[in-house]
Amino acid sequence: MHEMSIAEGIIQVLEEQAKAQQYTRVKTVWLEIGPLAMIETEALLFCFEAVTKNSLAEGAKLNIINIPGEAFCMQCLKTVPVEKRYDSCNQCGSHQLQITQGEEMRIKELEVE
Amino acid sequence: MCTVCGCSEGEVKIEGSHHHHHDEHHSHTHDHSHEHTNSHEHSHEHEHLHSKSIEVDGDNMHFGKGPAHAHVAGLSQSRMVQIEQDILGKNDMYAAQNRARFERQSLFVLNLVSSPGSGKTTLLTETIQLIKDHYSVAVIEGDQQTANDADRIRETGVQAVQVNTGKGCHLDAHMVGHAMENFADMTGGILFIENVGNLVCPAAFDLGEASKVAILSVTEGEDKPLKYPDMFHASDLMILNKTDLLPYLDFDVERCIEYAKQVNPDIKVLQLSARSGEGMKEWIDWLIEHRKEMIQNRIDALQTEADQFRALL
Repeated sequence: MHEMSIAEGIIQVLEEQAKAQQYTRVKTVWLEIGPLAMIETEALLFCFEAVTKNSLAEGAKLNIINIPGEAFCMQCLKTVPVEKRYDSCNQCGSHQLQITQGEEMRIKELEVE
Repeated sequence: MCTVCGCSEGEVKIEGSHHHHHDEHHSHTHDHSHEHTNSHEHSHEHEHLHSKSIEVDGDNMHFGKGPAHAHVAGLSQSRMVQIEQDILGKNDMYAAQNRARFERQSLFVLNLVSSPGSGKTTLLTETIQLIKDHYSVAVIEGDQQTANDADRIRETGVQAVQVNTGKGCHLDAHMVGHAMENFADMTGGILFIENVGNLVCPAAFDLGEASKVAILSVTEGEDKPLKYPDMFHASDLMILNKTDLLPYLDFDVERCIEYAKQVNPDIKVLQLSARSGEGMKEWIDWLIEHRKEMIQNRIDALQTEADQFRALL
């Protein structure tokens, strides 16, 4: 259940940014999450609702932007899609893949007031 | 407690030092200063925001309650703000500070991760017996509760700091930074961090270690690298432990290694039994070789830096 830590991490960023960006309330949060980010979306939504109680983001909506996973295949020398750590290259079947996208876990944008 | 380790809800506890952090009152001094959330300045070995309290009792540390939440009544117009910030950025910042500190001290740090019951603590006590006369060794023990594992380590004569994460499912870099305050000079030594037994969450939290080492005992399923791929992807070494039990089990070693290489083609695999001692030599060799490599890298970096400065003369 590290989604609880992740949700707390989001609140912390929101609180830190509140001063810099001069807002007092967060209404919507857009997160970019890749399939390899070790995040279970449902669990995160649940935890987010729990940890935002009595915070500047109470009642805020959490929108998840799913980013596709991509890897560079060392055999084919091109970028191929991946969804799981143990996926093989869909062209040649090799596991010599370097993940290039899909590990993201980033706060992209906020709607604030 | 720092908000980055939010899941412990005030129950994190680290054994071994004698200070208390509290929200509004009191300051203390360490290496460099930073500004606190509560608008007072104080200094710290690693900079961070404390809005929960950390309580330390002997060798036990408790990370207190979470951030002071801002209460606001917003009446202004709503607007969009682009921030592009990594959620684990805070943990990664503490991890980078830990790593810089470990490098400065040429302290070789391994983060041992596994399911509960894989034999991490026995592997550690046996390892310590083999190396403690040659290297300065210390251990940070992560468990939700009890100091049982730290006590087992202490019986070998080396210092162990127990971190209880309370409800938390993993150690984070901030807890490790604080646990480090309990050790005297560890320059050139070896530090083992025994993470909370959990094959999921600790994969996401960099502690500043040189390598993660995943320990899988042959009494578990050989498909664990596929079931919990993140952990095996994040580890440089997989240790197959309890190999003395192989004759009594159906565990398919070759298939397990194949699965591990599927999620991490670069992973190195060692087979051993901490109990019988079989394979321990290869493990100790790996340890010594990688420690040496880390120190050599440090020397090379310092040499390059020295050369750059020499060119300025």
